[in-house]
Amino acid sequence: MKEKLGKLWGKEGTKSVLASLISILIGMAVGAIIIVVVGLNNPNLGPSGVMDGIRLVFGGLFSTGREAGELTFGFNPTNMGDMLFRATPLILTGLSVAVAFKTGLFNIGAPGQYLMGTAVSLMLALGIPSEAVPTWLIWIIAFLGGMLAGALWGCIPGLVKAMLNINEVLACIMTNWIAANLVTWIFDGSDFRNLVENTKSGYIYKTSFNGVATAKLGLDKIFPGSQVNGGILIAIVIAILVYILMNKTTLGYELKACGANRHAARYAGIADKRNIVLSMAIAGALSGAAAALYYLAGNTEFYWSTYQTLPATGFNGIPVALLAASNPIAVIFTGCFMSMLDIVGLQLTNLTAYNEYITDVIIAIIVYLSAFSLVIKMLLTHRRKHKAAAAAGETPPAQPPSDQGQGEKGGGEA
Amino acid sequence: MTFLIQQTLIYAVPLMIVALAGVFAERSGIINLALEGIMIFGAFIGVLFVNLVQQAGTFDAAKAAGDWVALQGFELLAMLAAAVMGAVFSLLLSFASVNLKADQTIGGTALNLLAPALVLFFIRIIANQNTLQMATGDSASWFMIKKSFFGYGRTEDMGFFGSTFIDKTYLATYICILLFLVLSILLYKTRFGLRLRSCGENPQAADSLGINVYVMRYAGTTISGALAGMGGFVYALTTANCAANGDVAGFGFLALAVMIFGNWKPLNIAGAALLFGLFKCIAASYSSIDINGDGVYLLNELGISAHFYRMLPYLVTLVVLAFTSKKSRAPKAEGIPYDKGKR
Repeated sequence: MKEKLGKLWGKEGTKSVLASLISILIGMAVGAIIIVVVGLNNPNLGPSGVMDGIRLVFGGLFSTGREAGELTFGFNPTNMGDMLFRATPLILTGLSVAVAFKTGLFNIGAPGQYLMGTAVSLMLALGIPSEAVPTWLIWIIAFLGGMLAGALWGCIPGLVKAMLNINEVLACIMTNWIAANLVTWIFDGSDFRNLVENTKSGYIYKTSFNGVATAKLGLDKIFPGSQVNGGILIAIVIAILVYILMNKTTLGYELKACGANRHAARYAGIADKRNIVLSMAIAGALSGAAAALYYLAGNTEFYWSTYQTLPATGFNGIPVALLAASNPIAVIFTGCFMSMLDIVGLQLTNLTAYNEYITDVIIAIIVYLSAFSLVIKMLLTHRRKHKAAAAAGETPPAQPPSDQGQGEKGGGEA
Repeated sequence: MTFLIQQTLIYAVPLMIVALAGVFAERSGIINLALEGIMIFGAFIGVLFVNLVQQAGTFDAAKAAGDWVALQGFELLAMLAAAVMGAVFSLLLSFASVNLKADQTIGGTALNLLAPALVLFFIRIIANQNTLQMATGDSASWFMIKKSFFGYGRTEDMGFFGSTFIDKTYLATYICILLFLVLSILLYKTRFGLRLRSCGENPQAADSLGINVYVMRYAGTTISGALAGMGGFVYALTTANCAANGDVAGFGFLALAVMIFGNWKPLNIAGAALLFGLFKCIAASYSSIDINGDGVYLLNELGISAHFYRMLPYLVTLVVLAFTSKKSRAPKAEGIPYDKGKR
């Protein structure tokens, strides 16, 4: 038994997971410290406010509100379901960034791809008459359309990188803002704006106006009162598919080879240019799917005049992917974790005098610490070596570097 | 024409100075993806400084007496505060990427997440809303240079030069241009600049010649942080009426783009920033631009959608890049943590 544990401990993946968990713990601790410092210096909050704040940061997901001035905790199906609902797009944009990372590209263009996916899937979902076509078919068409739009938009940075040697970060930033303006242009003055309800013309119709909504698949029974739907299951399936694509197929191997060393890959007979475009297209499709799943839910509204802002969901894919060390399976968990912090933020705003931005601070600190994961991993290895040396009086041989590939798969054990 | 030049400068100058901030970091070998975050932080610090000093009433007498020299000094102090705190904030990035050899992209992304979160958290607590504004008055009445300062009356004309470059401008704009020149010379014509650049190209060789690569990288990133922090405040002062709301409209990322666009060279960056600023200005006010002064608003009469004009700066950048990027060359060692033992 002990031997088995030792083996598990020695694995690169276990260390990655541990490093991420340590980052998370430190991040939350720093968040708590900020809460204490701010609370004690602010007469509105005081010691009791501080206690409430800290309890919510760590257990906000299980908060059930306030009773007689005291916070109550317990299983809260609404929070749980909302967490899953908000995790859906985060998992997919996280996957989008992760796939690009694996292939050596930094996909900061997820917001733009997300916007294009939003626009196309909304137009399809609202534009196809539901009298003529069954709504489930419209849903599928809109979902695939959103993915396709994202993929095409992702292709642009890939193409200019492969053909014209334009830095993909730069091209992504430009296409983001072009998308933001294009989407506003498309919807400005169009019939998709919500003109039925008063003061809502800034928004696009909910897709349920056309009878299109993601199936609940019984999840609303488990989590009553929340927005959850079958989208989360689709996101998980997509994550598993991406894992298989990246780790078990030739295409995935070629994509990763291009990421590791483009020139060596070309020397080995891999079409490097095609693969760069392809990996950006896959990344774009995933971001488009994120948008489609979020807006096809039937209970979400899209604020169309978006030319001055980019959707945060796109950018939040970056921390989700980083925290998961770009492992597609781990992205599922980190996506849920991020959306949990989102819920915690809402609880903080509703129940205390703190505001939701403290959870953003926590996310930022966690990402910052995850940059050190190498150092943390090294520390873990050292400690273990020390212990072993002290116990047996001899130094165990260093971990062979061939464990690297193993490590990427091992991360799924979280 | 006057309007066009003034507006272009207002957009171009923050971009230019922040792009130069990026150059200092990248030339020393550190990818500073955190420009956006540092700008947001600098804008917040500058506005907070203005707000607190106004509440303390230090410059009230000067304001009442119309002593505009003192008020310009106040503006400079706020810029300095933003620069100092921007530099301090950027230490987080230098520490992660120099001492801990962490991934610089991740470190930069973390700062980009941290800055708006922290800033909004504090703004909410300080101001109980999502924007922090000046305690009294607005940036035009406190900080703008006007022709009345020089004894011109309301109806008197300052001439083309005066009305373009002096009337209704901000001192901050010229300070930034001056700094841009001085720092470009520092980077190219001094020993320090040469050493800094060598650390971004071949740190091992630099180290073998007795240059401390860690110190140089710290220096590059700290200068970068100071410039970006200041640029953030200048952006808030000139385009956002001296208010901070945890957002600089993506200017940090645009500055990054301008830096790559300008091929990591100050002169090209100035050109790129001006081009971008010009199109940004056209986008913001195309309907009221009268190019040759004959009362015909040509751009408006073309009947092209406003959205197209707003898209134009980004499209133009991409197209120009398509023609120029074959020659583009990043500093060779950027993004690679320096490890003494490595060869």
